[in-house]
Amino acid sequence: MNKALTPEVEIENYTLNFGPQHPAAHGVLRLVLEMDGEVIERVDPHIGLLHRGTEKLIEYKTYLQAIPYFDRLDYVSPMNQEQAFALAVEKLLGITAPPRAQYIRMLFAELTRVLNHIMNIASYAMDVGAMTPFLWTFEEREKLMGFYDEVCGARMHANYIRPGGVSMDMPAGLKERINDWADKYPAMIDDLESLLTENRIFKQRTVDIGVVSQAEALAWGFTGPNLRASGVPWDLRKSQPYDGYEQIEFDIPVGKHGDCYDRYLVRILEMRESVRIIKQCLDKMPSGPVRVNDRKIMAPPRAEMKTSMEALIHHFKLYTEGFKVPVGETYVATEAPKGEFAVYLVSDGTNKPYRCRIRAPGFLHLAGMDAMLRGHMLADVPAVLGSIDIVFGEVDR
Amino acid sequence: MTQPVPSSDRLFETRAHLLQALPGDVATAEIIRGELIATVKRASIVKVATFLRDDAVCQFTQLIDICGVDYPEREERFEVVYHLLSMNKNTRIRLKVPAGEDTPVASLTGVFPCADWLEREVWDMYGVFFSGHPDLRRILTDYGFDGHPQRKDFPLTGYVEMRYDEDQKRVIYEPVKLVQDFRTFDFLSPWEGIQKLLPGDEKAPAPPPKQGGA
Repeated sequence: MNKALTPEVEIENYTLNFGPQHPAAHGVLRLVLEMDGEVIERVDPHIGLLHRGTEKLIEYKTYLQAIPYFDRLDYVSPMNQEQAFALAVEKLLGITAPPRAQYIRMLFAELTRVLNHIMNIASYAMDVGAMTPFLWTFEEREKLMGFYDEVCGARMHANYIRPGGVSMDMPAGLKERINDWADKYPAMIDDLESLLTENRIFKQRTVDIGVVSQAEALAWGFTGPNLRASGVPWDLRKSQPYDGYEQIEFDIPVGKHGDCYDRYLVRILEMRESVRIIKQCLDKMPSGPVRVNDRKIMAPPRAEMKTSMEALIHHFKLYTEGFKVPVGETYVATEAPKGEFAVYLVSDGTNKPYRCRIRAPGFLHLAGMDAMLRGHMLADVPAVLGSIDIVFGEVDR
Repeated sequence: MTQPVPSSDRLFETRAHLLQALPGDVATAEIIRGELIATVKRASIVKVATFLRDDAVCQFTQLIDICGVDYPEREERFEVVYHLLSMNKNTRIRLKVPAGEDTPVASLTGVFPCADWLEREVWDMYGVFFSGHPDLRRILTDYGFDGHPQRKDFPLTGYVEMRYDEDQKRVIYEPVKLVQDFRTFDFLSPWEGIQKLLPGDEKAPAPPPKQGGA
């Protein structure tokens, strides 16, 4: 065939498959990208590869058995989600956790926020080409998971925050150890910032990438740091306080441009605020019980069971049948590290939830991917994906 | 910025305003446990949502969540539940719309763009059809999945299971085989739980008040 006669070829848009097995996909995300050369025309995220039917499973479990499922939703911030469920059940039961339990919950919610943000920042930095933050922050994560271990015996899947309080009191000396850590941690954030904040390569990859305006962030249902990075000062810990956040002093960092870089900065500042909250929790923590004194909701202490027949019966019934929750429904929202994590609980008066809807913030953040990525280059996909802090445990549920 | 703590006054105000402005569209509006819950007629959901978003008193500018609930014993078995949030007024509202298996609910994608994926999930999980939705595909279940898994009559174990077949060198689907019976226990026992309503209790005379606790 004569080469000179080869007709001119029109290059059309083509479709590119990103994931589901891709190191920058943060788990199992499949993106179907419609590309015009290097430029993204349309993004179609295919999710559900980690769908485990959590909401359905919870309908078949007692309220107490449902808590471990919440650890496994967003598996880098387990306790915040337990807290949301515990608060929802408490609201239906009409009880409140004792003050000490509330402070322990706040303390661990903030430790978890740090746990989540360093995981996000580190993996994000790695997505855009920085290796060292990952190594440094995982050392900090290890310390934080050590605190988890001390308080509940598990490093990640805590099952610690229960309806009516927490499962057990903090061990002796933990308060001092957390205080020590909180003293040293801001220096660690400084180190982290020295690697990233003014780093030329990091800024080239993130500044003015994935810009979300205030109106867009609201329209797409963004919450948490992603919304605040777009300039909306909305934090449920301030506006609809739960578990005693109204007694704590802290500021809400707000971004200006809503780009990937601002989302990173908001998370850095939130970690500093979290350290402030942790310090205050440790200072103000009252002594006293950590579980409501109602044997129909929380099991009696071990020691009592050795001598009291009634305590033994209560224990047995609570861990087989569980407690019954009065008929009703409630929607309880908490400020999880990723955004508004809420539980919509419908009870029919039995020992199992009739319906437990889990409102995960990451679901709507991922839905905004299409609009965020249009017109960007292929190399910006990991940058945008990393900056909105996606964990598939909660997106797919 | 400091937001005011949500007060029940504002909820009552919103409720009264809603009932007065849209009398024919809102069936009921009540405040339970400090939460404003409105039942909306199915035909009016777009109208009500638009009103709630644009009205100066309501300002529910954010759609937070859409979910389904299944009540198989009802004539219209599903309830689509919308959660709206007003950041300016710091209030929330819950809208409920009844729906049957073959009665479509109008999509809210024109009012709130984020309704897109949320409605897809309700469609996937419950099979509630949203009319006017631009792209009503399944979202969480597998490609080629059959049925709507969160319906109460869908078994917890599902119908098919998947495995890699060494002979055919591909993933195959088979009917679920359980190695033991599905374990479920009836806990309607005479132990005094939080609510002590047992079958037949309504016939007995009211018992004297008891001391609670151990």
